[in-house]
Amino acid sequence: MIEAEATVPDHTGSRATRVLGLVTVAGVAVVLVLGLAVTGPDAVQGDAARLIYLHVPVAVAMNVGFGLCTLGSVMWLWRKSRWWDTVAVSAAEVGLVYTGLTLVTGMVWGRPTWGVYWTWDARLTTFSLLFLLYLGYLVVRRLPADVEVRNRRSAYVALLAFVDVPIVYLSVSWWRGLHQAATLSLSSTISGLMLFTLVLGIVVSLIGFLWFLVHRFRVAWLEDEVEMAGLELAITERRAEARLADVNATMPTVETSR
Amino acid sequence: MTAWGYVTVGYVLVFAVLFAYGVHVLVKGRSLSKQVPPENRRWM
Repeated sequence: MIEAEATVPDHTGSRATRVLGLVTVAGVAVVLVLGLAVTGPDAVQGDAARLIYLHVPVAVAMNVGFGLCTLGSVMWLWRKSRWWDTVAVSAAEVGLVYTGLTLVTGMVWGRPTWGVYWTWDARLTTFSLLFLLYLGYLVVRRLPADVEVRNRRSAYVALLAFVDVPIVYLSVSWWRGLHQAATLSLSSTISGLMLFTLVLGIVVSLIGFLWFLVHRFRVAWLEDEVEMAGLELAITERRAEARLADVNATMPTVETSR
Repeated sequence: MTAWGYVTVGYVLVFAVLFAYGVHVLVKGRSLSKQVPPENRRWM
């Protein structure tokens, strides 16, 4: 017992997360140098296009997050595994942070390119809906309920929310709007060092996402442990109170008189 | 604002948010770890 306490650290880090963190920091440094100093400006959008090395990588990581959330939800419905449910909620939260960043970088990029921060373009509208859907998932997750009810409810919401992911991706093909076509597709024109920097940015973003996901998974696991311990304590206290009430009820009442 | 101004705002915002979120997750993890016995938080 003493040995276990000495070897298990009081945090969510491990050797794996330290390696992931270091690789992410080094990768971010390389992408920053390549994206801001080495690659040239875009022929059409000029220097504003340098936001692509940020906007697309966070968007790709977001999609992976929502994909994992869906997988975790399906697996929970199938196997009722706590591990998969924790994957789903962790991936949804980290994915939502990345969605917010995609939205913000898109708006910042939109101002010098389109002249406005926001327009009700099909991509932007479906994307903001995606943000709200996963925000709703996390809200549903926090509604007070039995663990199984909470997990089932949130799993169905996750499956519903994921329907919007392919709609967001295809929105630029289905409707005409201000947003440019998909950057990474068979018909895209990006090439050379710009393409290399973008792909590297995506890889680094995914490694960073994994770092967040592992830590958030462990936090969610610990939250459940604390909640279960609190529940067990409350049940023990109620049982003790009930036993005490039974004892008091069976004891004869003694009337005192002077 | 110039194009470089927007680029700077975008990069600073993203890294500031990710840094803040990272700190939030790590601090929460440390706080919760103290409430859970070691045998229930063995990470690989």
